[in-house]
Amino acid sequence: MADYEAWDADRAARIIAERTHLEGAALPILHALQDTFGFIHADVTELLAQALNLSRAEVHGTITFYHDFRPHLPGRHVVKLCRAEACQSVGADALHERIRQILGVEWHGTTGDGAVTVLPVFCLGLCACGPAALVDERPLARLTEQRLQGALAEATA
Amino acid sequence: MTRTLFVPCDSVSVGLDADKVAELFRLEIFKRGLDIAIVRNGSRGMVWLEPLVEIETDEGRVGYGPVTPDDVASVLDAMLGDGRHPLAIGRPEEVPFLARQQRLTFERCGIVDPLSLDDYRAHGGLAGLERAVALTPGEVVDEVKTSGLRGRGGAGFPTGIKWNTVMLAETERKYVVCNADEGDSGTFADRMLMEGDPFLLIEGMAIAGVAVGATQGYIYLRSEYPIAFAMTKRAIEIAREAGVLGPDVLGSGRAFELEIRMGAGAYICGEETSLLESLEGRRGIVRAKPPIPALKGLFGQPTLVNNVLSFCAVPWILSHGGQAYADYGMGRSLGTLPIQLAGNVMHGGLVEYAFGITLREIVEGFGGGTRSGRPVRAVQVGGPLGAYFPEHMLDLKLDYETLAAAKGLVGHGGIVVFDDSVDMARQARFAFEFCAIESCGKCTPCRIGAVRGVETIDRIMAGVEPDKHRKVLDDLCELMTEGSLCAMGGLTPVPVVSALTHFPEDFDAGVRSAAAE
Repeated sequence: MADYEAWDADRAARIIAERTHLEGAALPILHALQDTFGFIHADVTELLAQALNLSRAEVHGTITFYHDFRPHLPGRHVVKLCRAEACQSVGADALHERIRQILGVEWHGTTGDGAVTVLPVFCLGLCACGPAALVDERPLARLTEQRLQGALAEATA
Repeated sequence: MTRTLFVPCDSVSVGLDADKVAELFRLEIFKRGLDIAIVRNGSRGMVWLEPLVEIETDEGRVGYGPVTPDDVASVLDAMLGDGRHPLAIGRPEEVPFLARQQRLTFERCGIVDPLSLDDYRAHGGLAGLERAVALTPGEVVDEVKTSGLRGRGGAGFPTGIKWNTVMLAETERKYVVCNADEGDSGTFADRMLMEGDPFLLIEGMAIAGVAVGATQGYIYLRSEYPIAFAMTKRAIEIAREAGVLGPDVLGSGRAFELEIRMGAGAYICGEETSLLESLEGRRGIVRAKPPIPALKGLFGQPTLVNNVLSFCAVPWILSHGGQAYADYGMGRSLGTLPIQLAGNVMHGGLVEYAFGITLREIVEGFGGGTRSGRPVRAVQVGGPLGAYFPEHMLDLKLDYETLAAAKGLVGHGGIVVFDDSVDMARQARFAFEFCAIESCGKCTPCRIGAVRGVETIDRIMAGVEPDKHRKVLDDLCELMTEGSLCAMGGLTPVPVVSALTHFPEDFDAGVRSAAAE
């Protein structure tokens, strides 16, 4: 799991300032903020609008457009399950249903103990050995319930 | 003398425990006091054999796969002994799946150490860029034109013509942008190259920069590929330190800087104008064309946007000559296509072959049929916006014109195999569902049409006024095809219409309920 820092506006302002010289800086800044704090804090809109001389509406539009940027901390581990055609062809739909049942979550949901957030993705490029998943950025091929549980146990250890 | 052992670090191998396998080899080698170095190479593309571990011998490299952590000790014993082992495959080049390919773009992938520029050079790397800097920009562009290369990202536009347009644009600043937003299901060639031979992409982009007069390049990579990102980022640093990139490319006096940027989870950013919007830091919303990006692209400047595979074909073209490349292929589809064989298939992976090979040769010849052992019922060619073809159409030749005539598309060269358990009405519904989730929302046919598509197919599947809703669906598909601003909305009807055309029985509610019983 990623070790996130607690939200700190000054720290965020520094992260932003270090990157404003980049051409089209918004995405690199947002990635850096989310990597640091685990989510995009509501105050980022104002900070980024000032730093990049954009309207808050524009910045809000950018943040909300992308599936990756989230407004809240995720669970301690993030599991992305591939729902695309290649994985469907080897039974991903049924597998996902079982996994979500075992974990007791819906898509985008987090388990009650805050351990795991489950997100749908469409293709991880592991299409010749699906079903596929990413567990905290680590690819997992030929996915089964057991392999996912093993990977989660390892990630927690 | 130090021997070298290769354990792939490609995402597929890592997803099949290659990191653990490499670590265990390291431990075993240390424990036994052996003089063996471990190189983390890319993948050869024989995915069913991953992790495919290789060792140098007097007869060349020999492989073992798929190696699990439990196999490490016995495989090492075999490597030190007579080489006999249940997982031994002999020389990888002699495995029919590889032996029968025509690898130009992928000639080094899986063979070299991805982060060794010396290794890259020793295997023919940088010869294309060296030649390019000795030529005039016009001569470089002419080589690309002669090659007949068409954009491998999906649209198939002649690459040389695009390069020519950007070269002729007169302006202070130009850009070269690599579209590495490989979002199509069933495609992974870009990822494999960026993980297994990243200097190839860097070289291809540097050649483009030198040819069109751009001094800044960007690679826009999807965030679903963290390993490709780390590998390419490091390779860029190494290339800059070595003077392959920077203010003086290979001592030519010409500058080319390169930076990799990460997307943020949006399929539409694989559309070139959305990608440019995203690189500029905005919502990835499609731009209307004209103006074309070649004249007014990134930050309003002339911009060359090509796919990873297009850039990666260029070093070979420059080092061997455009005509040598054009000698492969058929009709107006020249050169080779890196075909990605995926889904429910026995031997999935990367097959690079000249255009004109039939789908059957790929699916049955290379792929060996389905993984489940059941009959092939459908193959989807060209990603989520590509057509589903039934088994009896597998004799279609893979080239741009043939597939277009069959109402399909080559796309990014992905082929996904389905067995007879597939429900084609569900697949058609999924095409709309995917479009509804990933539409950028700028144009109404795509934004609303996709949602209406899901609703309409649901009604047809449930048997609610099927004839009436079938007409609605036909209408909707025509509207999206004709009225959408970009290929996302415009091509979403392709999988839907192909499913309706070739698998009508799956949409019949009567048949459906009988099948469910």
